[in-house]
Amino acid sequence: MSGVRVLVGTRKGAFVLTSDGKRKKWDVQGPFFAGWEIYHMKGSPANPDRIYASQSSGWFGQVIQRSDDGGKTWNAVDNKFAYDGIPGTHMWYDGTPHPWEFKRVWHLEPSLNDPDTVYAGIEDAALFKSTDGGASWKELSGLREHGTGPRWQPGAGGMCLHTILIDPKNPDRIFIAISAAGAFRTDDGGKTWKPINRGLRSEFMPDPTAEVGHCVHRIALHPSRPGVLFMQKHWDVMRSDDAGDNWTEVSGNLPTDFGFVIDVHAHEPETIYVVPIKSDSEHFPLDGKLQVYRSRSGGNEWEALTNGLPQSNCYVNVLRDAMAIDSMDECGVYFGTTGGQVYASANSGDTWEPIVSHLPAVVSVEVQTLR
Amino acid sequence: MIRVVLPAHLWTLARVGAEVQVDVPGTPTPAGVIEALEQKYPVLKGTIRDYGTLKRRPLVRYFVCAEDWSHDPPDRPLPQAIVDGTEPFYIIGAIAGG
Repeated sequence: MSGVRVLVGTRKGAFVLTSDGKRKKWDVQGPFFAGWEIYHMKGSPANPDRIYASQSSGWFGQVIQRSDDGGKTWNAVDNKFAYDGIPGTHMWYDGTPHPWEFKRVWHLEPSLNDPDTVYAGIEDAALFKSTDGGASWKELSGLREHGTGPRWQPGAGGMCLHTILIDPKNPDRIFIAISAAGAFRTDDGGKTWKPINRGLRSEFMPDPTAEVGHCVHRIALHPSRPGVLFMQKHWDVMRSDDAGDNWTEVSGNLPTDFGFVIDVHAHEPETIYVVPIKSDSEHFPLDGKLQVYRSRSGGNEWEALTNGLPQSNCYVNVLRDAMAIDSMDECGVYFGTTGGQVYASANSGDTWEPIVSHLPAVVSVEVQTLR
Repeated sequence: MIRVVLPAHLWTLARVGAEVQVDVPGTPTPAGVIEALEQKYPVLKGTIRDYGTLKRRPLVRYFVCAEDWSHDPPDRPLPQAIVDGTEPFYIIGAIAGG
């Protein structure tokens, strides 16, 4: 039987929401790891029963959990994230050098074809890889050491590597994004990296078009066209048609182009979604109306999707890892809010319903399509 | 055998009760207790003290016979009441936030 499994990470635990293909009735399991922050959970595309979770705490640090039965039971795996060699310094908020220090894992990206291979994006920004199901981790230090690292600076949320996209047609090509350093690409499996930020413009920087320093919030791609990337930057929604070498703005008629999430329809590579947020100083929707915006033209022309979403007195945020897309025949779209709601649309965003309404603040949402 | 009381998040993580017992070879010290604890429950590695520096995590505290030993040298010998199990060695999650 086909169905979906939605993996929700919150400030106080993890939740697993399941439904059949109609996506009307939901079973809610959790909290798992109650009281801990769950920055991200993601299942292996090669084995949906294999799920990785990042569990962290300001008191007790980082734990990585792994499930081999679709989230029913979990076991802790290795949590040692040691930088390769002497890590040196990056730039601190005040512009002074600051030592690289591990704080937490923001994002876990399982390999597309091997359940035991998984990448971890961490704060302070670096990329780690495990090839034994999380039993050990090794840094892909070519990213941190490629040359611009000493100029990277934390964003308000910390200097986090929060996005990892593996090219489904070329596993040696990986895209990552760091707040607030920008986007980077490797074409040799992580040995060497280059910044891919040409065309981005960030007015808060002394040189608004500098090679690095941009606060990229999220990147997305469609698996059938991995050379086409979409980006929600701090401000500006961007698009690249050459694997990130050049970017152009596609904010178009959005009411505000600040936001965190961006994602692509499962079956329509030119259909993309964002959730506009008022500004960098007011992290909530414009006018208290929660609106997803959809473009069916790859950007520039956007329509508001409001049916089923609160249209008054709504002052939540939707964080960067808190939107996901399923690949059912009628594409499902999901997002979670800092108010603890997880909304689902079973019709590409035309109408929305809350699956749950009173969870802790939602940090991440992922969905597995089960066939 | 030294008794160790863990904070709720750690005994949940280790899948044990609130109090565990560990054997500490030689002269028992806070560092020796943590070492023994990590060997018996590897999932606790990195949660009480840093992997690399072995320094106590900032929001973890050690209480010994009603005294805060958090800032004492980790190789300070523990008192007899801890060594003979009359009193437990407390690992506490510091009160933080508001």
